[in-house]
Amino acid sequence: MENFIDAFFNIDIMRQATPLLLKGAWVTLQLCAVVIFLGLFGGLGLALLASSKSALLRLPSFLFIDIFRAIPPLILLILIYAGLPFVGVRVPPFVAVCIAFLLNNSAYFAEIFRSGIKAIPKGQMEAARATGLSPAQAQAWVILPQAVRNVLPDLLSNVVEIVKLTSIASVVSLSELLYSANMARAVTYNSSPLVMAAGLYLLLLWPLVRVISRFQRGLSISH
Amino acid sequence: MTAAQPLPTLEITALEKRFGETQVLRSIDLKVQNGELVFVIGPSGSGKSTMLRCCNRLEEPTSGAIHVNGKPMLGIPRKELDRMRLQVGMVFQGFFLYPHLSALKNVTLAQRKALGRSKAEAEARALEMLDKVGLKHKADAMPSELSGGQQQRVAIARALALDPKVMLFDEPTSALDPELVGSVLKVMRDLRELGMTMIVVSHEMHFAREAADRVVFMDGGVIVEEGPPEEIFGNPKSDRLKAFLSRVSGEAA
Repeated sequence: MENFIDAFFNIDIMRQATPLLLKGAWVTLQLCAVVIFLGLFGGLGLALLASSKSALLRLPSFLFIDIFRAIPPLILLILIYAGLPFVGVRVPPFVAVCIAFLLNNSAYFAEIFRSGIKAIPKGQMEAARATGLSPAQAQAWVILPQAVRNVLPDLLSNVVEIVKLTSIASVVSLSELLYSANMARAVTYNSSPLVMAAGLYLLLLWPLVRVISRFQRGLSISH
Repeated sequence: MTAAQPLPTLEITALEKRFGETQVLRSIDLKVQNGELVFVIGPSGSGKSTMLRCCNRLEEPTSGAIHVNGKPMLGIPRKELDRMRLQVGMVFQGFFLYPHLSALKNVTLAQRKALGRSKAEAEARALEMLDKVGLKHKADAMPSELSGGQQQRVAIARALALDPKVMLFDEPTSALDPELVGSVLKVMRDLRELGMTMIVVSHEMHFAREAADRVVFMDGGVIVEEGPPEEIFGNPKSDRLKAFLSRVSGEAA
Protein backbone atom coordinates (compact mmCIF):
# COMPACT_ATOMS: atom_id res chain seq x y z
CA MET A 1 0.00 0.00 0.00
CA GLU A 2 2.78 2.38 0.94
CA ASN A 3 4.43 1.48 -2.32
CA PHE A 4 1.29 2.34 -4.24
CA ILE A 5 0.91 5.71 -2.55
CA ASP A 6 4.59 6.43 -3.09
CA ALA A 7 4.32 5.60 -6.80
CA PHE A 8 1.18 7.56 -7.60
CA PHE A 9 0.44 10.06 -4.85
CA ASN A 10 3.85 11.20 -3.68
CA ILE A 11 3.26 14.65 -2.20
CA ASP A 12 6.93 15.69 -2.28
CA ILE A 13 7.26 14.88 -5.95
CA MET A 14 3.99 16.61 -6.73
CA ARG A 15 5.23 19.71 -4.96
CA GLN A 16 8.45 19.63 -6.97
CA ALA A 17 6.54 19.15 -10.20
CA THR A 18 3.99 21.88 -9.51
CA PRO A 19 5.73 24.80 -11.27
CA LEU A 20 6.35 22.70 -14.38
CA LEU A 21 2.82 21.37 -14.44
CA LEU A 22 1.30 24.80 -13.96
CA LYS A 23 3.33 26.02 -16.91
CA GLY A 24 2.05 23.05 -18.87
CA ALA A 25 -1.51 23.73 -17.79
CA TRP A 26 -1.14 27.30 -18.99
CA VAL A 27 0.02 26.12 -22.42
CA THR A 28 -2.91 23.68 -22.51
CA LEU A 29 -5.32 26.51 -21.71
CA GLN A 30 -3.88 28.70 -24.45
CA LEU A 31 -3.98 25.82 -26.88
CA CYS A 32 -7.60 25.06 -25.97
CA ALA A 33 -8.63 28.69 -26.40
CA VAL A 34 -7.11 28.85 -29.87
CA VAL A 35 -8.26 25.48 -31.21
CA ILE A 36 -11.80 25.79 -29.81
CA PHE A 37 -12.13 29.24 -31.32
CA LEU A 38 -10.82 28.01 -34.68
CA GLY A 39 -12.96 24.89 -34.57
CA LEU A 40 -16.15 26.75 -33.71
CA PHE A 41 -15.78 29.28 -36.49
CA GLY A 42 -14.48 26.77 -39.01
CA GLY A 43 -17.33 24.46 -38.09
CA LEU A 44 -19.94 27.17 -38.33
CA GLY A 45 -18.72 28.24 -41.76
CA LEU A 46 -18.58 24.66 -42.91
CA ALA A 47 -22.08 23.97 -41.56
CA LEU A 48 -23.47 26.97 -43.43
CA LEU A 49 -21.83 25.76 -46.64
CA ALA A 50 -23.13 22.24 -46.02
CA SER A 51 -26.65 23.66 -45.54
CA SER A 52 -26.43 25.69 -48.73
CA LYS A 53 -28.84 25.23 -51.60
CA SER A 54 -25.98 25.07 -54.09
CA ALA A 55 -24.58 21.56 -54.60
CA LEU A 56 -21.29 23.15 -55.66
CA LEU A 57 -20.82 24.45 -52.11
CA ARG A 58 -22.57 21.59 -50.36
CA LEU A 59 -20.77 18.56 -51.75
CA PRO A 60 -17.17 19.66 -51.04
CA SER A 61 -18.15 20.58 -47.48
CA PHE A 62 -19.73 17.16 -46.92
CA LEU A 63 -16.61 15.54 -48.32
CA PHE A 64 -14.44 17.61 -45.99
CA ILE A 65 -16.61 16.80 -42.99
CA ASP A 66 -16.62 13.06 -43.72
CA ILE A 67 -12.89 12.83 -44.39
CA PHE A 68 -11.71 14.75 -41.36
CA ARG A 69 -14.12 13.04 -39.03
CA ALA A 70 -12.73 9.70 -40.15
CA ILE A 71 -8.98 10.44 -40.01
CA PRO A 72 -7.49 10.01 -36.51
CA PRO A 73 -6.29 13.44 -35.37
CA LEU A 74 -3.02 11.97 -34.11
CA ILE A 75 -2.11 10.79 -37.62
CA LEU A 76 -3.11 14.19 -38.97
CA LEU A 77 -0.88 15.92 -36.45
CA ILE A 78 2.17 13.76 -37.16
CA LEU A 79 1.65 14.13 -40.90
CA ILE A 80 1.61 17.90 -40.58
CA TYR A 81 4.47 18.18 -38.13
CA ALA A 82 6.77 15.47 -39.42
CA GLY A 83 5.56 15.08 -42.98
CA LEU A 84 5.40 18.65 -44.25
CA PRO A 85 9.14 19.33 -43.76
CA PHE A 86 9.76 16.77 -46.53
CA VAL A 87 8.06 19.13 -48.96
CA GLY A 88 9.93 22.07 -47.52
CA VAL A 89 7.29 23.37 -45.13
CA ARG A 90 8.41 23.45 -41.53
CA VAL A 91 5.77 24.41 -38.99
CA PRO A 92 6.34 25.02 -35.28
CA PRO A 93 4.59 22.49 -32.98
CA PHE A 94 1.94 24.96 -31.80
CA VAL A 95 0.96 25.80 -35.36
CA ALA A 96 0.96 22.14 -36.40
CA VAL A 97 -1.42 21.32 -33.56
CA CYS A 98 -3.65 24.25 -34.50
CA ILE A 99 -3.86 23.10 -38.13
CA ALA A 100 -4.57 19.48 -37.22
CA PHE A 101 -7.22 20.52 -34.73
CA LEU A 102 -8.78 23.00 -37.12
CA LEU A 103 -9.25 20.24 -39.70
CA ASN A 104 -10.55 17.74 -37.17
CA ASN A 105 -12.62 19.99 -34.91
CA SER A 106 -14.27 22.05 -37.58
CA ALA A 107 -15.53 18.82 -39.15
CA TYR A 108 -17.02 17.75 -35.83
CA PHE A 109 -18.44 21.16 -34.96
CA ALA A 110 -19.83 21.48 -38.49
CA GLU A 111 -21.75 18.25 -38.09
CA ILE A 112 -23.22 19.49 -34.79
CA PHE A 113 -24.15 22.92 -36.17
CA ARG A 114 -25.57 21.33 -39.31
CA SER A 115 -27.86 18.99 -37.40
CA GLY A 116 -29.01 21.99 -35.36
CA ILE A 117 -29.75 24.04 -38.46
CA LYS A 118 -31.50 21.11 -40.13
CA ALA A 119 -33.82 20.67 -37.15
CA ILE A 120 -35.26 24.20 -37.49
CA PRO A 121 -38.61 24.05 -39.28
CA LYS A 122 -38.60 25.43 -42.82
CA GLY A 123 -41.33 27.89 -41.84
CA GLN A 124 -38.85 29.83 -39.70
CA MET A 125 -36.74 30.73 -42.72
CA GLU A 126 -39.85 31.47 -44.77
CA ALA A 127 -41.30 33.72 -42.10
CA ALA A 128 -38.02 35.58 -41.86
CA ARG A 129 -37.60 35.99 -45.61
CA ALA A 130 -41.26 37.01 -45.96
CA THR A 131 -40.54 39.97 -43.67
CA GLY A 132 -37.79 41.17 -45.96
CA LEU A 133 -34.79 39.79 -44.11
CA SER A 134 -31.92 38.76 -46.39
CA PRO A 135 -30.76 35.12 -46.30
CA ALA A 136 -27.76 36.12 -44.17
CA GLN A 137 -29.91 38.14 -41.75
CA ALA A 138 -32.39 35.29 -41.45
CA GLN A 139 -29.54 32.89 -40.63
CA ALA A 140 -27.95 35.25 -38.14
CA TRP A 141 -31.05 36.35 -36.23
CA VAL A 142 -33.58 33.57 -36.68
CA ILE A 143 -32.02 30.23 -37.60
CA LEU A 144 -28.63 30.15 -35.87
CA PRO A 145 -29.75 31.37 -32.44
CA GLN A 146 -32.29 28.57 -32.33
CA ALA A 147 -29.93 26.01 -33.83
CA VAL A 148 -27.13 26.82 -31.38
CA ARG A 149 -29.49 26.68 -28.43
CA ASN A 150 -30.73 23.28 -29.50
CA VAL A 151 -27.26 21.79 -29.88
CA LEU A 152 -25.56 23.56 -26.98
CA PRO A 153 -25.09 20.33 -24.99
CA ASP A 154 -23.45 18.69 -28.01
CA LEU A 155 -21.21 21.71 -28.59
CA LEU A 156 -20.09 21.66 -24.97
CA SER A 157 -19.51 17.89 -25.05
CA ASN A 158 -17.31 18.43 -28.07
CA VAL A 159 -15.41 21.15 -26.21
CA VAL A 160 -14.71 18.64 -23.42
CA GLU A 161 -13.43 16.13 -25.97
CA ILE A 162 -11.18 18.77 -27.53
CA VAL A 163 -9.68 19.81 -24.19
CA LYS A 164 -8.75 16.20 -23.51
CA LEU A 165 -7.55 15.68 -27.05
CA THR A 166 -5.07 18.56 -26.79
CA SER A 167 -2.87 16.11 -24.84
CA ILE A 168 -1.86 14.57 -28.18
CA ALA A 169 0.17 17.74 -28.73
CA SER A 170 2.74 16.09 -26.45
CA VAL A 171 3.87 13.89 -29.34
CA VAL A 172 5.21 16.93 -31.17
CA SER A 173 7.01 18.08 -28.00
CA LEU A 174 4.67 20.95 -27.29
CA SER A 175 5.13 21.52 -23.57
CA GLU A 176 1.49 21.32 -22.63
CA LEU A 177 0.12 19.61 -19.56
CA LEU A 178 0.70 15.96 -20.49
CA TYR A 179 4.14 16.64 -21.96
CA SER A 180 5.21 18.50 -18.82
CA ALA A 181 3.82 15.80 -16.55
CA ASN A 182 5.56 13.09 -18.53
CA MET A 183 8.80 15.04 -18.34
CA ALA A 184 8.44 15.24 -14.59
CA ARG A 185 7.69 11.53 -14.46
CA ALA A 186 10.80 10.71 -16.46
CA VAL A 187 13.00 12.88 -14.28
CA THR A 188 11.62 11.66 -10.96
CA TYR A 189 11.01 8.02 -11.92
CA ASN A 190 7.57 8.48 -10.35
CA SER A 191 4.03 8.56 -11.77
CA SER A 192 2.67 11.13 -9.35
CA PRO A 193 3.01 14.03 -11.83
CA LEU A 194 0.81 12.12 -14.27
CA VAL A 195 -1.82 11.64 -11.58
CA MET A 196 -1.55 15.33 -10.88
CA ALA A 197 -2.04 16.15 -14.55
CA ALA A 198 -5.14 13.96 -14.65
CA GLY A 199 -6.35 15.81 -11.55
CA LEU A 200 -5.84 19.15 -13.28
CA TYR A 201 -7.86 17.98 -16.29
CA LEU A 202 -10.56 16.82 -13.93
CA LEU A 203 -10.55 20.16 -12.14
CA LEU A 204 -10.84 21.97 -15.45
CA LEU A 205 -13.53 19.81 -16.97
CA TRP A 206 -15.73 18.79 -14.09
CA PRO A 207 -17.75 22.02 -13.99
CA LEU A 208 -18.28 21.80 -17.73
CA VAL A 209 -19.40 18.19 -17.53
CA ARG A 210 -21.87 19.13 -14.80
CA VAL A 211 -23.29 21.94 -16.91
CA ILE A 212 -23.78 19.56 -19.83
CA SER A 213 -25.64 17.06 -17.66
CA ARG A 214 -27.99 19.79 -16.54
CA PHE A 215 -28.61 20.85 -20.10
CA GLN A 216 -29.32 17.33 -21.17
CA ARG A 217 -31.95 17.03 -18.48
CA GLY A 218 -34.16 19.13 -20.68
CA LEU A 219 -33.37 22.60 -21.81
CA SER A 220 -34.25 22.73 -25.47
CA ILE A 221 -36.58 25.03 -27.31
CA SER A 222 -39.90 23.57 -28.31
CA HIS A 223 -41.76 24.71 -31.37
CA MET B 1 -62.56 62.07 -70.14
CA THR B 2 -62.73 58.65 -68.58
CA ALA B 3 -60.94 58.03 -65.32
CA ALA B 4 -57.98 55.73 -65.72
CA GLN B 5 -58.47 52.43 -63.99
CA PRO B 6 -56.71 52.63 -60.65
CA LEU B 7 -53.46 50.71 -60.35
CA PRO B 8 -54.19 47.36 -58.67
CA THR B 9 -52.44 46.87 -55.34
CA LEU B 10 -51.64 43.33 -56.41
CA GLU B 11 -51.81 42.05 -59.94
CA ILE B 12 -51.21 38.45 -60.96
CA THR B 13 -50.84 37.89 -64.69
CA ALA B 14 -50.72 34.53 -66.48
CA LEU B 15 -49.14 32.89 -63.47
CA GLU B 16 -47.99 29.31 -63.96
CA LYS B 17 -46.35 27.00 -61.49
CA ARG B 18 -45.06 23.51 -62.14
CA PHE B 19 -43.47 21.19 -59.61
CA GLY B 20 -41.61 18.87 -61.95
CA GLU B 21 -44.25 17.26 -64.10
CA THR B 22 -47.16 18.45 -61.99
CA GLN B 23 -48.83 21.64 -63.11
CA VAL B 24 -50.09 23.28 -59.93
CA LEU B 25 -51.16 26.62 -61.35
CA ARG B 26 -52.21 27.31 -64.93
CA SER B 27 -52.66 30.78 -66.23
CA ILE B 28 -53.90 32.56 -63.13
CA ASP B 29 -55.02 36.16 -63.58
CA LEU B 30 -56.12 38.15 -60.56
CA LYS B 31 -56.30 41.84 -59.74
CA VAL B 32 -56.74 43.04 -56.18
CA GLN B 33 -57.63 46.69 -55.70
CA ASN B 34 -56.62 48.87 -52.80
CA GLY B 35 -58.66 48.10 -49.68
CA GLU B 36 -60.21 45.00 -51.15
CA LEU B 37 -60.57 41.75 -49.24
CA VAL B 38 -60.35 38.85 -51.65
CA PHE B 39 -61.19 35.44 -50.33
CA VAL B 40 -59.78 32.37 -52.05
CA ILE B 41 -61.63 29.11 -51.61
CA GLY B 42 -61.28 25.71 -53.19
CA PRO B 43 -60.57 22.07 -52.43
CA SER B 44 -57.19 21.12 -51.02
CA GLY B 45 -54.63 20.75 -53.78
CA SER B 46 -56.39 23.33 -55.90
CA GLY B 47 -53.33 25.59 -55.81
CA LYS B 48 -54.69 28.32 -53.49
CA SER B 49 -51.73 28.31 -51.13
CA THR B 50 -49.23 27.97 -53.95
CA MET B 51 -50.74 31.02 -55.64
CA LEU B 52 -50.45 32.97 -52.40
CA ARG B 53 -46.87 31.82 -51.86
CA CYS B 54 -45.98 32.87 -55.39
CA CYS B 55 -47.11 36.41 -54.59
CA ASN B 56 -44.11 37.00 -52.29
CA ARG B 57 -41.99 34.38 -54.03
CA LEU B 58 -41.74 31.86 -51.25
CA GLU B 59 -42.60 29.72 -54.24
CA GLU B 60 -40.83 30.57 -57.47
CA PRO B 61 -43.38 30.91 -60.30
CA THR B 62 -42.59 28.99 -63.47
CA SER B 63 -43.85 31.86 -65.61
CA GLY B 64 -46.14 34.85 -65.53
CA ALA B 65 -45.92 38.17 -63.74
CA ILE B 66 -46.76 39.59 -60.33
CA HIS B 67 -46.91 43.31 -59.63
CA VAL B 68 -47.36 45.11 -56.33
CA ASN B 69 -48.49 48.69 -56.87
CA GLY B 70 -47.25 48.40 -60.41
CA LYS B 71 -43.78 47.21 -59.44
CA PRO B 72 -42.65 43.75 -60.55
CA MET B 73 -41.98 40.99 -58.02
CA LEU B 74 -40.33 38.72 -60.59
CA GLY B 75 -37.06 39.13 -62.43
CA ILE B 76 -35.61 41.53 -59.87
CA PRO B 77 -32.32 41.26 -57.96
CA ARG B 78 -32.47 39.66 -54.52
CA LYS B 79 -32.00 42.94 -52.64
CA GLU B 80 -34.88 44.46 -54.53
CA LEU B 81 -36.97 41.36 -53.75
CA ASP B 82 -36.22 41.80 -50.02
CA ARG B 83 -37.46 45.39 -50.28
CA MET B 84 -40.57 44.36 -52.20
CA ARG B 85 -41.34 41.69 -49.62
CA LEU B 86 -41.67 44.42 -47.01
CA GLN B 87 -44.76 45.53 -48.89
CA VAL B 88 -46.32 42.08 -48.88
CA GLY B 89 -47.14 40.86 -45.38
CA MET B 90 -47.70 37.17 -44.89
CA VAL B 91 -49.46 35.18 -42.20
CA PHE B 92 -48.92 31.43 -42.13
CA GLN B 93 -51.04 28.53 -41.05
CA GLY B 94 -48.29 27.47 -38.63
CA PHE B 95 -47.70 31.02 -37.21
CA PHE B 96 -43.90 30.58 -37.30
CA LEU B 97 -43.14 33.02 -34.55
CA TYR B 98 -39.46 32.97 -33.64
CA PRO B 99 -39.52 30.81 -30.50
CA HIS B 100 -36.32 32.29 -29.04
CA LEU B 101 -37.63 35.86 -29.09
CA SER B 102 -40.33 37.57 -27.04
CA ALA B 103 -43.53 38.73 -28.73
CA LEU B 104 -42.13 42.26 -28.85
CA LYS B 105 -38.81 41.15 -30.39
CA ASN B 106 -40.68 39.06 -32.93
CA VAL B 107 -42.34 42.25 -34.09
CA THR B 108 -39.25 44.47 -33.96
CA LEU B 109 -36.72 42.17 -35.67
CA ALA B 110 -37.50 42.87 -39.33
CA GLN B 111 -38.32 46.50 -38.57
CA ARG B 112 -34.80 46.93 -37.30
CA LYS B 113 -32.84 44.69 -39.68
CA ALA B 114 -34.82 45.06 -42.90
CA LEU B 115 -36.35 48.52 -42.52
CA GLY B 116 -33.49 50.00 -40.50
CA ARG B 117 -35.74 51.57 -37.88
CA SER B 118 -34.19 52.61 -34.58
CA LYS B 119 -34.82 50.49 -31.52
CA ALA B 120 -37.14 53.05 -29.96
CA GLU B 121 -39.05 53.55 -33.17
CA ALA B 122 -39.40 49.81 -33.79
CA GLU B 123 -40.56 49.14 -30.23
CA ALA B 124 -43.10 51.94 -30.30
CA ARG B 125 -44.46 50.62 -33.57
CA ALA B 126 -44.45 47.03 -32.26
CA LEU B 127 -46.41 48.01 -29.15
CA GLU B 128 -48.87 49.88 -31.30
CA MET B 129 -49.38 46.80 -33.48
CA LEU B 130 -49.58 44.43 -30.52
CA ASP B 131 -52.21 46.74 -29.10
CA LYS B 132 -54.10 46.55 -32.36
CA VAL B 133 -54.27 42.75 -32.10
CA GLY B 134 -55.15 42.98 -28.41
CA LEU B 135 -51.86 41.67 -27.04
CA LYS B 136 -49.98 44.68 -25.78
CA HIS B 137 -49.96 43.14 -22.32
CA LYS B 138 -48.16 40.07 -23.73
CA ALA B 139 -45.27 42.03 -25.25
CA ASP B 140 -42.69 40.35 -23.03
CA ALA B 141 -44.16 36.85 -23.27
CA MET B 142 -42.29 34.13 -25.15
CA PRO B 143 -44.22 32.41 -27.95
CA SER B 144 -44.33 29.17 -25.93
CA GLU B 145 -46.32 31.04 -23.27
CA LEU B 146 -48.99 32.11 -25.76
CA SER B 147 -52.02 30.22 -27.05
CA GLY B 148 -52.23 29.42 -30.74
CA GLY B 149 -54.65 32.27 -31.31
CA GLN B 150 -52.36 34.67 -29.50
CA GLN B 151 -49.34 33.46 -31.46
CA GLN B 152 -51.18 34.02 -34.71
CA ARG B 153 -52.15 37.53 -33.65
CA VAL B 154 -48.53 38.32 -32.81
CA ALA B 155 -47.62 36.97 -36.25
CA ILE B 156 -50.15 39.36 -37.77
CA ALA B 157 -48.65 42.23 -35.76
CA ARG B 158 -45.18 41.19 -36.99
CA ALA B 159 -46.31 41.54 -40.59
CA LEU B 160 -48.31 44.73 -40.01
CA ALA B 161 -45.44 46.53 -38.33
CA LEU B 162 -43.64 46.72 -41.67
CA ASP B 163 -46.48 48.78 -43.19
CA PRO B 164 -47.29 46.33 -45.99
CA LYS B 165 -49.45 47.37 -48.92
CA VAL B 166 -51.13 43.98 -48.99
CA MET B 167 -51.51 41.15 -46.49
CA LEU B 168 -51.56 37.49 -47.50
CA PHE B 169 -53.26 35.07 -45.13
CA ASP B 170 -52.49 31.42 -45.77
CA GLU B 171 -55.12 29.44 -43.86
CA PRO B 172 -54.55 31.58 -40.77
CA THR B 173 -57.05 29.73 -38.57
CA SER B 174 -56.64 26.15 -39.79
CA ALA B 175 -54.21 25.18 -37.05
CA LEU B 176 -56.28 26.72 -34.27
CA ASP B 177 -58.65 25.14 -31.78
CA PRO B 178 -62.21 26.21 -32.67
CA GLU B 179 -62.58 28.48 -29.64
CA LEU B 180 -59.49 30.46 -30.67
CA VAL B 181 -60.51 31.09 -34.27
CA GLY B 182 -62.80 34.01 -33.38
CA SER B 183 -60.02 36.16 -31.93
CA VAL B 184 -57.99 35.91 -35.13
CA LEU B 185 -60.98 36.58 -37.37
CA LYS B 186 -61.80 39.62 -35.26
CA VAL B 187 -58.34 41.05 -35.93
CA MET B 188 -58.78 40.43 -39.64
CA ARG B 189 -62.17 42.12 -39.53
CA ASP B 190 -60.60 45.13 -37.80
CA LEU B 191 -57.93 45.27 -40.48
CA ARG B 192 -60.57 45.32 -43.16
CA GLU B 193 -62.28 48.21 -41.40
CA LEU B 194 -58.99 50.06 -41.51
CA GLY B 195 -58.82 49.54 -45.28
CA MET B 196 -56.02 46.96 -45.43
CA THR B 197 -55.81 45.13 -48.75
CA MET B 198 -56.00 41.41 -48.04
CA ILE B 199 -55.96 38.08 -49.80
CA VAL B 200 -57.21 35.29 -47.59
CA VAL B 201 -56.95 31.58 -48.29
CA SER B 202 -59.23 29.94 -45.77
CA HIS B 203 -62.01 27.49 -45.12
CA GLU B 204 -63.94 29.90 -42.90
CA MET B 205 -66.92 30.23 -45.24
CA HIS B 206 -68.97 32.24 -42.78
CA PHE B 207 -66.20 34.78 -42.60
CA ALA B 208 -65.95 34.87 -46.39
CA ARG B 209 -69.67 35.45 -46.72
CA GLU B 210 -69.67 38.25 -44.22
CA ALA B 211 -66.37 40.03 -44.81
CA ALA B 212 -65.14 39.38 -48.36
CA ASP B 213 -65.53 41.90 -51.15
CA ARG B 214 -64.88 39.18 -53.66
CA VAL B 215 -64.58 35.43 -53.53
CA VAL B 216 -62.34 33.49 -55.88
CA PHE B 217 -62.98 29.79 -56.35
CA MET B 218 -59.98 27.74 -57.48
CA ASP B 219 -59.90 24.14 -58.58
CA GLY B 220 -57.24 22.19 -60.43
CA GLY B 221 -54.87 25.14 -60.60
CA VAL B 222 -57.25 27.54 -62.30
CA ILE B 223 -59.68 30.21 -61.15
CA VAL B 224 -63.01 28.62 -61.98
CA GLU B 225 -65.31 31.35 -60.81
CA GLU B 226 -65.09 34.66 -59.00
CA GLY B 227 -67.55 37.24 -57.81
CA PRO B 228 -69.12 38.90 -54.79
CA PRO B 229 -69.81 36.48 -51.94
CA GLU B 230 -73.58 36.57 -52.38
CA GLU B 231 -73.11 35.46 -56.00
CA ILE B 232 -70.54 32.77 -55.26
CA PHE B 233 -72.40 31.31 -52.31
CA GLY B 234 -75.96 32.15 -53.35
CA ASN B 235 -75.84 31.56 -57.05
CA PRO B 236 -72.87 29.38 -58.05
CA LYS B 237 -72.65 28.85 -61.80
CA SER B 238 -70.09 26.12 -62.41
CA ASP B 239 -70.72 22.52 -61.45
CA ARG B 240 -67.37 22.35 -59.74
CA LEU B 241 -68.23 25.22 -57.40
CA LYS B 242 -71.66 23.74 -56.70
CA ALA B 243 -70.09 20.40 -55.85
CA PHE B 244 -67.49 22.07 -53.64
CA LEU B 245 -70.04 24.17 -51.76
CA SER B 246 -72.33 21.24 -51.11
CA ARG B 247 -69.33 19.26 -49.83
CA VAL B 248 -68.28 22.06 -47.51
CA SER B 249 -71.76 22.82 -46.19
CA GLY B 250 -72.19 19.10 -45.62
CA GLU B 251 -69.11 19.20 -43.40
CA ALA B 252 -70.24 22.31 -41.59
CA ALA B 253 -73.70 20.98 -40.84
